[in-house]
Amino acid sequence: MGGVVRRLGAMVVNGVWQLGFAARFFWLILVYSGQSFTRLHLTIRELYFSGVLSLLIILVSGLFVGLVLGLQGYEILQRYGSTDAMGTMVALSLLRELGPVVAGLLFASRAGSAVTAEIGLMKVTEQLKAMDMMAVSPIARVVAPRFWGGVISMPLLAALFSAMGIFGGWLIGVVFIGVDDGAFWSQMQAAVDFRYDVMNGVLKSFVFGVAVALIAVFEGYDCVPTAEGVSRAITRTVVSSALAILALDFVMTSFMFRGL
Amino acid sequence: MSEPFVRLENVRFAYGERAILRDISLSIPRGKVVAIMGGSGCGKTTLLRLIGGQERAVGGRVVVDGQDVAGLGREALYALRRRMGMLFQFGALFTDMTVFDNVAFPLREHTDLPPELIEDLVLLKLHAVGLRGAARLMPGELSGGMARRVALARTIALDPALLMYDEPFTGLDPISLGVIGQLIRRLNDALGASSVIVTHDIQESLQIVDYIYFISEGRVVAEGAPDEIRHTKDPFVHQFVHAEADGPVPFHYPAGDYAQALTGGRA
Repeated sequence: MGGVVRRLGAMVVNGVWQLGFAARFFWLILVYSGQSFTRLHLTIRELYFSGVLSLLIILVSGLFVGLVLGLQGYEILQRYGSTDAMGTMVALSLLRELGPVVAGLLFASRAGSAVTAEIGLMKVTEQLKAMDMMAVSPIARVVAPRFWGGVISMPLLAALFSAMGIFGGWLIGVVFIGVDDGAFWSQMQAAVDFRYDVMNGVLKSFVFGVAVALIAVFEGYDCVPTAEGVSRAITRTVVSSALAILALDFVMTSFMFRGL
Repeated sequence: MSEPFVRLENVRFAYGERAILRDISLSIPRGKVVAIMGGSGCGKTTLLRLIGGQERAVGGRVVVDGQDVAGLGREALYALRRRMGMLFQFGALFTDMTVFDNVAFPLREHTDLPPELIEDLVLLKLHAVGLRGAARLMPGELSGGMARRVALARTIALDPALLMYDEPFTGLDPISLGVIGQLIRRLNDALGASSVIVTHDIQESLQIVDYIYFISEGRVVAEGAPDEIRHTKDPFVHQFVHAEADGPVPFHYPAGDYAQALTGGRA
């Protein structure tokens, strides 16, 4: 019994330490961000690796999610004779929830894990120490550009995911099932509010971008410098990012969309 | 005699409860190549990390070029590090950059030199280690010895006053080992720098260094110039130089009585 309590206590203390380290680390990233923006090519390179290289999985997934939404939406809406509202349903589901959340989950698996692996392997091969010994801050040179690459990519990827999803919904609804094209778009246009729906979705994806990018760079920088340590850090990045996205989504949704 | 470039005074260091260095005093004179030797895990690399300010001593003082490293703030420490070069055990080359960009890295980070001049300097440094022709290769395309030489070229990019080598001979074939050894000596003399080599390769070190310290269990147990070391009667150094399995450094990890363990007692 005593052992269990001791282990539990150690876990809690360790967790609080980690959280403190992560907060200090986040602060350091912000402090050193100026340096990484003055050498913009570093951040642009990371935008390419995190953003452009994630495009394929984001676009294909967006298309499939839209196709499924179209099928399910039609099946449900036709029970109430309101298949004209299909465009509205597809667009709101994607812009408010599925776009930011699913794109965030995919981004964490595709780009977050890659960032953790890269920084972790740099630590294993002493590249970070070498940089530090050359009087070059690894946080300014390695971490901050990857962090901002993730933060900037995420809202853009979520927007593309939603756009592709809407196209998928249109493809199924209008082209294959035969829902009226005009009704699909006009109902969508009438129901979607730019600030309430679109901007709240963008805000969500920005927050998810900060969370995933921070978790990814922190886990890589903090990993135990062995092969096993890097592998565990990658797993933690994906798991923690997924939980963070879902938890943050609930909190933000409860503030943003209360139907009041 | 001028003040040594590096001076360690009664330095103690521990990772948590585990004491690594108990009471180390040594100095690296200007212009000299000094080797620090000892078995694996005796705290040799920790010494380099203390000199470079990557670790702080628990007790004692680490003085580099007249400055107490522990008392330096981040800016001052980085200013000091710009005058140091460290060669890591396996080179620590940046794997996403070419050989050329690796060597150019410190120059681009710390100087405002025009690209043409940086190119000339990089080729000069690469030529010094015999790898000017490999400038466009990626680190993954290099052999272990070549990677170590590229890292050496990067280490000397800013003409440092202090060169630190962490196990520079590990895992090299005899030719590469000889090349690296000669480069360490030649570069030190050409740059007018001071060098400290952490190693357990006694034969190579005896040929190139000016002075040797032996460390065991966190203390300096022997020291001397290569000739003194070759002819010493000190049992620890004798065991080390002649690679004897047993001696002051025991073959067996401490354990209970062997006979008793075999006849049913617990070890």
